[in-house]
Amino acid sequence: MAEKKQFQKGKMVPVPSVSIIPERDLDKSPILECSHLGIDFGGLTAVNEFNVTVGRTEIAGLIGPNGAGKTTVFNLLTKVYQPTRGTILLDGLDTHGKTPSQVNRMGIARTFQNIRLFNNLTVEDNVKIGLHNQEKYSMFSGILRLPKYWRQEKAAHERALELLSIFDMQDLANHQAGSLPYGAQRRLEIVRALATNPSLLLLDEPAAGMNPSETAELMENIVKIRDTFQIAIMLIEHDMSLVMGICEGICVLNFGQIIAKGTAEEIQSNPTVIEAYLGKQQ
Amino acid sequence: MSFLNNVITGVSLGSIYAIIALGYTMVYGIAKMLNFAHGDVIMVGAYVCFFAMGSFNLPPVAGVLLAVAVCTVLGITIERLAYKPLRSAPSLAVLITAIGVSYLLQNSAQLLWGADTKTFRPLVEGSLVLVPGQLSISYVAVLSIVCCVVVMIALTLFTGQTKMGKAMRACSEDKAAAQLMGIDVNATISMTFAIGSALAAVAGALMCSAYPVLSPTTGSMPGIRAFTAAVFGGIGSIPGALLGGILLGVIETFAKAYISTDLSDAVVFAVLIIVLLVRPAGLMGKYVPEKV
Repeated sequence: MAEKKQFQKGKMVPVPSVSIIPERDLDKSPILECSHLGIDFGGLTAVNEFNVTVGRTEIAGLIGPNGAGKTTVFNLLTKVYQPTRGTILLDGLDTHGKTPSQVNRMGIARTFQNIRLFNNLTVEDNVKIGLHNQEKYSMFSGILRLPKYWRQEKAAHERALELLSIFDMQDLANHQAGSLPYGAQRRLEIVRALATNPSLLLLDEPAAGMNPSETAELMENIVKIRDTFQIAIMLIEHDMSLVMGICEGICVLNFGQIIAKGTAEEIQSNPTVIEAYLGKQQ
Repeated sequence: MSFLNNVITGVSLGSIYAIIALGYTMVYGIAKMLNFAHGDVIMVGAYVCFFAMGSFNLPPVAGVLLAVAVCTVLGITIERLAYKPLRSAPSLAVLITAIGVSYLLQNSAQLLWGADTKTFRPLVEGSLVLVPGQLSISYVAVLSIVCCVVVMIALTLFTGQTKMGKAMRACSEDKAAAQLMGIDVNATISMTFAIGSALAAVAGALMCSAYPVLSPTTGSMPGIRAFTAAVFGGIGSIPGALLGGILLGVIETFAKAYISTDLSDAVVFAVLIIVLLVRPAGLMGKYVPEKV
């Protein structure tokens, strides 16, 4: 284990950036530090100079117009893309050269913009796949049904139901994931991501396609998840009521560049942000 | 009585096809590729078993276990060296590579063990007489059917309820999402090749016990028939491989008995074409329309 960097109050943040970490997290080391992160696709710079620090129990928002590079940032963080430049420190550890599954085991879990559940599997099995990295028994004790298998499967079953109960979905455990209504599929994706025991949860447009009352419920649940699991959550969202309502730090991307960072009030009154969204005032 | 005899022969031959078809279907389901070298892994398994029993006088069980071990390693090696570098290549490139690996294995076998056919000593000899003079089942047939049943039950339990099995099903649906849920996709694919190749070794020993001629091309025809069985039953589906294998074995035996030995393959493939016209995804396969 590499030595963890200590994040100190009053000192310079390792990255030249305005820190938007909430007060309560200042005495703890940040969960995520991106410095000079960037990726090029051929000649196109999709993301550049992405410098962001996320506190240990922060709810951070990543917003920006379509095509700004928000999902690309998530893909960089989860190593779906290997960055061209810069470093990502997760809990002080460099994720350089790691594969997506290794990064997941290090503590980053995510959901997808377009839902990507394992549709032919049951709801419970979807969650259990998330628990996969915590179950430990050999293939043979699985086939031969040795006591170790039963113990671990029982624990996994209980854990899966417990996680599903966050969204009151325990009754749906035996349904096929693909047969669930849209909103329930979105919630199941969050449960599946939580099952991997993350310290940083990335939500890619969790409220997409939800009506205002579902969005309000989702907001409560996101805060509840943060409070219960004491994890950091970073979300991409176009629904401004959600972003402004629960995000403590917001980062605005446009054309792959960070154009503003700050709290909800700061972002709302920032002229550059308004210009990026609405165009220049005549 | 000859009808019953044909059914028994057909089912036992079909059981062997089913075991081979599992290798095709699992690899296709998870790695989304057609491993045309699978038939030649059967041949390698049969040779290893042949030499273990013939030259080293090992008991049949030890011979089969040795063949399983060698083929498992062979399967993983083929995947690592030939297919893994092509993971993101177009599927045509992988297909051609698989055909290349198939010829590599055949020619290596010819170089190592010669092109002459060898007579395989059956794993078990004799037969179970049910009606003296009329109806009997060879022990090889019994063994084939038993092996097939055991393998099916073990695989169903494995893929349905164990951690690795669930990882396999997750990979077959969405590799990228599985990876982001902490599943090591490369390890899962290696595991699939290992299981498929181990089964191929068992099938090789069984097949050469039933039809005791062994040459470097022994694996290719049963390989293609088993691939047909996998498509017949619905490629990617484990119960489909069982159903397809058994049906194919029975149809082939009946065609040989009642139509013509020479035409048996033509009949088998004609049935396949008709089934695919009616059910394009195979008997147990799910037809998933592309979303637009």
